Amino acid sequence: MKRAGFSTKWLPILLLLPQLLIIAIFFYWPALHAVTSSFYLQDPFGFGQTFVGLENYTHLAASVEYLKVAKFTVLFTVLVTFFSLALALLFAVKADKVLRGAKTYRTLLMWVYAVAPPVAGFIGLLMFNQTWGPLSELFKFFGWDFTLGVNYFDTAFAMTVVSVWKQVPVNFIFFLSGLQSIPRSVREAALLDNRSGTRRFWDITFPLLAPTGFFLLITNITYSLFETFGVIDTINKGEPGNNPMTLVYKVFVDGFRGNDLGGSSAQSVILMILVLALTVFQFRLIERRIHYT
Amino acid sequence: MTIKTTSKFLGAATAFTLLGSAAFAETEITWWHAMGGDLGETVNEIASGFNASQDEYKITPVFKGSYEETLTSGIAAFRAGEQPNILQVFDAGSATVIGAKGATVPVQDLLSENGVDFNIEDYISGVRYFYADNAGKMIGMPFNSSSPIMYFNEQALEAAGVEAPVTYEEFETVTAPALKAAGYVPLVQSHLPWEFAENFFSRHNLPFATNDNGYDGAEGTKILVNTDEFKMHWTHVKQWLDDGYFGFYGTGWNDNQAQFEQGKVGLWIGSSGSFGGLMKKDLPFEFSATNLPFWSSITEEGYQTFIGGASLFAMSGKSAEENKATAEFFRYLTSPEVQYMWHRETGYVPITTAAYEMAKADGHYDRFPAAETGIKQLMLTSGENTKGYRMGFYVQIRDVENREFSRILSGETTVEDAMATIEKEGNELLARFAKTQG
Repeated sequence: MKRAGFSTKWLPILLLLPQLLIIAIFFYWPALHAVTSSFYLQDPFGFGQTFVGLENYTHLAASVEYLKVAKFTVLFTVLVTFFSLALALLFAVKADKVLRGAKTYRTLLMWVYAVAPPVAGFIGLLMFNQTWGPLSELFKFFGWDFTLGVNYFDTAFAMTVVSVWKQVPVNFIFFLSGLQSIPRSVREAALLDNRSGTRRFWDITFPLLAPTGFFLLITNITYSLFETFGVIDTINKGEPGNNPMTLVYKVFVDGFRGNDLGGSSAQSVILMILVLALTVFQFRLIERRIHYT
Repeated sequence: MTIKTTSKFLGAATAFTLLGSAAFAETEITWWHAMGGDLGETVNEIASGFNASQDEYKITPVFKGSYEETLTSGIAAFRAGEQPNILQVFDAGSATVIGAKGATVPVQDLLSENGVDFNIEDYISGVRYFYADNAGKMIGMPFNSSSPIMYFNEQALEAAGVEAPVTYEEFETVTAPALKAAGYVPLVQSHLPWEFAENFFSRHNLPFATNDNGYDGAEGTKILVNTDEFKMHWTHVKQWLDDGYFGFYGTGWNDNQAQFEQGKVGLWIGSSGSFGGLMKKDLPFEFSATNLPFWSSITEEGYQTFIGGASLFAMSGKSAEENKATAEFFRYLTSPEVQYMWHRETGYVPITTAAYEMAKADGHYDRFPAAETGIKQLMLTSGENTKGYRMGFYVQIRDVENREFSRILSGETTVEDAMATIEKEGNELLARFAKTQG
């Protein structure tokens, strides 16, 4: 077979140029800027600055609070990703079996997807309101004195629930279409081999869903780390106090609320490295075990 | 007509046109502010009042979101050379904008260069120096100025058979037990750093930071929270919470104010600027206000508090005509009529003595005695530590205070540890801020 190719080496470069330019202007240039700012402490208006070397980084490493925020971020990401995926998978498997009124059922499960994160956060504020929130009332009935915004754990709980609730529909859509693309013949053959629905799910359906699952794992981790910002900001009402926050939210708090450009840049560089490491890890270790059909 | 005369004629015509445009075109200036809702309406009213009062200048107010968002947009715009003429900056952000030498034109210079009379003695004493430099020169024009005062539910106090307390000792031994027995939450506040820290130091004339509370420069300034008096206060606050004398509903202002509005609370420490809003809400009970309490064990009489809220800064890099327009707007804004209107509509204090006198003469305080509380408190005895504080990165320091105070109340930390943490993290932030000025 003859390999297709370009006759000159300039044409491909020319064709790639617009895309490369966009990446350079909107990603590499700001990223580079963040790296340089992270070595300075700078007056926000741009009048004075001091080169501080790695001080912005060592300051973070020595900060008990930053470590606490990092720990919360990891825990929050694991919980949100796990519950978003698990619940969506459960709903998808059940929805896949429904024959009558399937469309209504699916639409009802999907439409939360249209809710923007800050709106989701606001709904959370209403549901978990200290004095009259219906969910807080429910918890109080069971003896849990739920105080959103005062108790660290309660606030973290509300943030997790709202973030999961917001993410389940997206995962549901993907899992459902993944399930529906599994060939009927495979399922029928499996049914002959084993009567147990649970066994068939774990041995046949689950591995066949793995490509979808892997894709969703990556997108959900990204969602938990970054896109939950709107939920967290709304629930914290812009003033974190003793409430939980994620690393991304802290970048915002220090940089945009506090105008500490150097410290905030150092934090975003750390996040960049974290995301890079995570992506490499995912593709190297997990993707190898997945078979695409 | 010869060519020469034609050109002469053209020259004259051009000169005439130029003159005409100078005489008729308005100089336009912009004002970025953080006043939403009803307050925003009143801001627009002031702006249109100024525009209608003359035809040389036109001001356009633009709402930019919260205080923090407004400051950040202002900074971003400044770096892009697109700054507004006037930027509203809140108390905690004042060190950032005043520290950036060259970002603003000191309001005192702006006024005197443009022929607007300025005498700092015309301003109410608690208002004068918060936004001034260490030499006492006013840098930012105080705008929405308020001070923490204590509101009380008159029905609640009547039911408990007590009066609003003057000191925290009285609150603890007399008022709180009676209010609790009558079924009320005795005390609620709404902004821990502002009401139980910053103004605590002013009310007792105690230093909040070294270097003259930070006014002498960012270099080497240290926060003074780890002191016996301050720890004593917080030990009591925690005890009140445990005894059911104090209610805490989170960092957010409104979550705490809502409890008072629902009539569950006897005493609420809010802002003198809350008055206008409370009046419009038609609460199911009568309320009034009195001074922020103080500890008689620390001082025999309470000192004045200083202003919170925000001030207006004239951004640099503008043409002389625009600066003139800004100065004229400030002249209009500080006139007794406008100040009294702002005071009446919003509850923020009038910043000049003349406006205060006008409100008195108009009988405003006979109708609403509580409206005068904030001003009277700002005019109490002053001391060396009552003009305010000037600390860089104070927005983050406030976040640290909020976090640690909340932890004291939730029992996650002790008063001793919390103050040590605020001191450590606060001093780190102050040292970092000093380097940004380098």
